[in-house]
Amino acid sequence: MSAGPHTLTGTRIRERRLALSRRQSDLARAVGISPAYLNLIEHNRRPVSAELVERLAAELEVPADELAEGREEVRIAALREAAVHPAATGSVPELDQVAEFLARFPGWSALLIAHSRRAGALERQLVDLSDRMTQDPYMLTTLHEVLSAVTAVRSTAAILVEEDEIAPEWRQRFHANLHQDSQRLSLTAQALVAYLDSFEAEGNAATPQEEVEAWLAQGGSAPADLSSDAAQDMARQLQADLLADRQALPDRALVEAIPLVGTPPDPVLLAARLNVPLDLVLRRLADLRPAGFEGAGLLVCDGSGALLLRRPAIGFALPRPGDSCALWPLFQALAMPQTVLERAVATPDGRVFRTLSHAARSQPQGLSGPVLSRATMLIVPAEGPAPADALAVGPACRICPRSDCPARREPSILVPQMPARAERGL
Amino acid sequence: MQLDILMIEDEPNIAEAVRFILSREGWQVGLHDDGAGGIEAIREARPRLVILDLMLPNRSGAEILADLRAADDAALASTPVLMLTARGQVREAASAADAMLTKPFDNADLRAQVRRMLA
Repeated sequence: MSAGPHTLTGTRIRERRLALSRRQSDLARAVGISPAYLNLIEHNRRPVSAELVERLAAELEVPADELAEGREEVRIAALREAAVHPAATGSVPELDQVAEFLARFPGWSALLIAHSRRAGALERQLVDLSDRMTQDPYMLTTLHEVLSAVTAVRSTAAILVEEDEIAPEWRQRFHANLHQDSQRLSLTAQALVAYLDSFEAEGNAATPQEEVEAWLAQGGSAPADLSSDAAQDMARQLQADLLADRQALPDRALVEAIPLVGTPPDPVLLAARLNVPLDLVLRRLADLRPAGFEGAGLLVCDGSGALLLRRPAIGFALPRPGDSCALWPLFQALAMPQTVLERAVATPDGRVFRTLSHAARSQPQGLSGPVLSRATMLIVPAEGPAPADALAVGPACRICPRSDCPARREPSILVPQMPARAERGL
Repeated sequence: MQLDILMIEDEPNIAEAVRFILSREGWQVGLHDDGAGGIEAIREARPRLVILDLMLPNRSGAEILADLRAADDAALASTPVLMLTARGQVREAASAADAMLTKPFDNADLRAQVRRMLA
């Protein structure tokens, strides 16, 4: 990364802190770094990671992008974003005069930005609600569970109350069934309430899987903090898996081997040098995010393409669980087992990522058992413009604006479905 | 002994309760707990009535009903079917059944319905 952006970021952090009359030591403690380190950052003598900017921004009560890029740059970027929004089809704003527009009409600019952001927030909400209303297997399965348990409880309770002369062993059996169903009901009801609660607040985790993903992104410390039993169970399993990986490939061994395998570091060479499976190396790189793999994420899918693990890379927007983009190299890897695919991918918002995908096959039940596939894709945020051969991917069709995608399987709900454009005079 | 009723239902506690209620009325009740093999179970048992859950694993109640109605054996194909449904929007799928009961149901309604169908 060049020194330019850091120079500005450090200065802005200092300006904002002074504007709030906060002491350097106080702010440093609040974000968990030493005052000396903060001092170096503020004087632009140390780079500041995206995660630290997030923490500082929260403490300084400003949006993170404002700290990272500056107020004016952020406003110009926001205006450009509004101008290229798919809804703006048909009108061509004067993009070369954005800075002048902002300077001459700050009030109008602010209003336009506010409208554009509100439209963005509403779109996200629309995606969320549409997901939940139309294709939410979690909701349907949970409701079916509730109904089944209620049916069993109602019939069984009625037998106990209404029928005469029930043999003691049958009575005992029905009591046990009632107990079992009531436990099942409390589990599903609890999960359902947590799920419906998440309708209230935008951006909240909804399904247990999403809740666990959010928990993992926060560092994944205490599974007991999760709201539902289902999420707690998933989190405990995940913790056990992570621990096993960490024991099989400790932090130190990984970090020490990285400088020996080129720039950017080659995970295939890493696996060979450490004599461990490549999948393990990919999982550990997304877990530890060492130098060369900052902000990395991981996707793991089975042979049907269903995602088993989702650790988002910074800036790589993931759709709701159950949805995906058919163009992710992860799925290409399934067709080419034991071959490592390296592809640069570009997301619709222009971000670029280096991806490494690998699929392995196994036959856990021996020769006569089924062949199982599992693919892993490491996603590493990349700097600079997209290389010419970067693959144009998205999050999932319904929320992807790329209208000319050969893999599109359903229309996007974000891009207005324009009728054939009528000729309009200016 | 020929079965009066074959119930195809994957929820063991519902199956147990229903079996208990109907057995008390003197009917012979058999059980199959999976969508897979549903039509084979009916063919083998040749019951006078089938109680069929709509939401079954592996093969849905609607598919099993279609299998049954398409059977070569005319007597088998016309076996009366009481469909148990859980959701209002799948009524159409159950419309080919002779009768329908929505979960959760009242035991008395179930008894009355079965009595009518076996009369």
